[in-house]
Amino acid sequence: MATLDDVAHGPVHEGPKTKRKLTGYWLIAPGAIWLGLFFVVPFYSLISTSLFDPNGSVLTGYSMTWHIQNYFDAIDQYKVQLWRSLWYAGLATGFCLVIGYVLAYAIAFKAGRWKNLMLILVIAPFFTSFLLRTLSWKLILADDGFIVDSLQWMHILGANDRLLATPFAVIAGLTYNFLPFMVLPLYASLEKIDIRLIEASSDLYASPIRGFFKVTFPLSMPGVVAGTLLTFIPAAGDYINAQLLGSPNTRMVGNVIQSLFTTQGDYAAAGALSVTLMLIIVAAVLMWVRTAGTEDLV
Amino acid sequence: MTPLFRVRRWIGDHLILGLGLLVLVYTFIPIAVVVLMSFNDSSKSKNVYKFQDFTFQNWLHPFKPGGMQESVILSIEIALAATLVATILGTLAAFALVRHRFAGRKAANLIIFLPMASPEIVMGSSLLALFVSRGFGGQLGFWTILIAHIMFCLSFVIVTVKARLTGLDDNLEQAAMDLYANEAQTFWRVTFPLVLPGIIAAALLSFSLSFDDFIITNLNSGQRVTFPMFVYGANQRGVPMQVNVIGTLMFVIAISIVLSGEVFRRRQEKAIAS
Repeated sequence: MATLDDVAHGPVHEGPKTKRKLTGYWLIAPGAIWLGLFFVVPFYSLISTSLFDPNGSVLTGYSMTWHIQNYFDAIDQYKVQLWRSLWYAGLATGFCLVIGYVLAYAIAFKAGRWKNLMLILVIAPFFTSFLLRTLSWKLILADDGFIVDSLQWMHILGANDRLLATPFAVIAGLTYNFLPFMVLPLYASLEKIDIRLIEASSDLYASPIRGFFKVTFPLSMPGVVAGTLLTFIPAAGDYINAQLLGSPNTRMVGNVIQSLFTTQGDYAAAGALSVTLMLIIVAAVLMWVRTAGTEDLV
Repeated sequence: MTPLFRVRRWIGDHLILGLGLLVLVYTFIPIAVVVLMSFNDSSKSKNVYKFQDFTFQNWLHPFKPGGMQESVILSIEIALAATLVATILGTLAAFALVRHRFAGRKAANLIIFLPMASPEIVMGSSLLALFVSRGFGGQLGFWTILIAHIMFCLSFVIVTVKARLTGLDDNLEQAAMDLYANEAQTFWRVTFPLVLPGIIAAALLSFSLSFDDFIITNLNSGQRVTFPMFVYGANQRGVPMQVNVIGTLMFVIAISIVLSGEVFRRRQEKAIAS
């Protein structure tokens, strides 16, 4: 199921069986219409919601007043959470990259006949509920749990220090939950590397480490870019980890958006914040893709 | 190669593999906790984040907590329906993208990629904004959840089936045509069976994505409670240990399907080789 590969390269297969007929439209129409109606159109609804009169409510109804001030208000009020989300997601992505690279490298080059099995094990955690796995971390990091006890015994943590309800717990949770999204694209691009190029570097007296940084890593860049995006984007919008493992001081922008929508019914602010998050992410993605030099991502 | 170099090389090779396996072990720790806690007797203590006593009670009465059975049934119903629709629409679209040339294919590829690269909170709130602005704000429930789930499963189905189709060997189909099979026969006897593993993988992926979704569902579910929502709600008053039974079952069922697929694939490969 190493399909995230396509995400990175978007193959356009021009096989001999490619047909020029209207059938193509008929085949793609139902899916395309569904995505149009329930993925693209909703963005317009969201943008118009974000410009609603902020004084509206679920009871009195909302009116479209082009109230652009919503954006300034929302950003001003929730800049801490916005900033924190990017920060946490960025750190989690960094950790995922390091851990995920080791795993992807081991599968691609060292696993031999166990390759497929290891790939299955990478996606296996997806088969237990995301929430249950996150709750497990609550237990693992609990105040009287094994990890906290040992860290206190080693005096790394003070007697009253805890891991739960700290930024550490939230970032660790994010790292854990989005790791497979990093491993699969990394694997897909490592697997494509011509092993002879790496051998050539060692024939030319490059040390293994030098060979890695000069040959292997640059060649795996498409996977790095795809993996970091697929980790960073969902992590920046996530609020489960912050909710279950964090405290009010670790609230992320996702927590704010969901509570504005569901409990406070402040649709205008929630809409504005949601659009802002999307715009920041798009900007960050474009910048990152440009720096990393793989512009033909999609 | 000097022996010393060989030793270093062996250590280097196995060090990376060992580290990789450690990472895999790490990803399985929380799952081990879920399995362990499904045998936990939490009746004596309020602290549900600690293993107290071993018991089979949770497994014997998995639906004891009120509201849990309904939530599991709702999640299964939605996951089945979403999987069915998303797999059919997605497979058709994958065929269109790989086998047919038409204007707007690039745009279609982009629209399929975007849902996988959008934060769930944004997709969920957009859909909610759509439903509310069209006057369905009061009717959130089964149908709105289903619509949302089909939407986010579609992209994953298309990408999975597309990967399988792209990797397909054209020669087999040409051979069938050479042997006077007509187009329909070629499709149903050769192409479809070859793509089927991809379709099954896509369906399995859809089912687990749908069964597991929380963020989008939570925004569009109205009063209905799916299994992840039940877990989330229960977390505030202390999670009943039975949710771990459902978690363990889900995991065991899914992993057995995937592993038996892998065993089947290996056998087939051996059969072809011999």
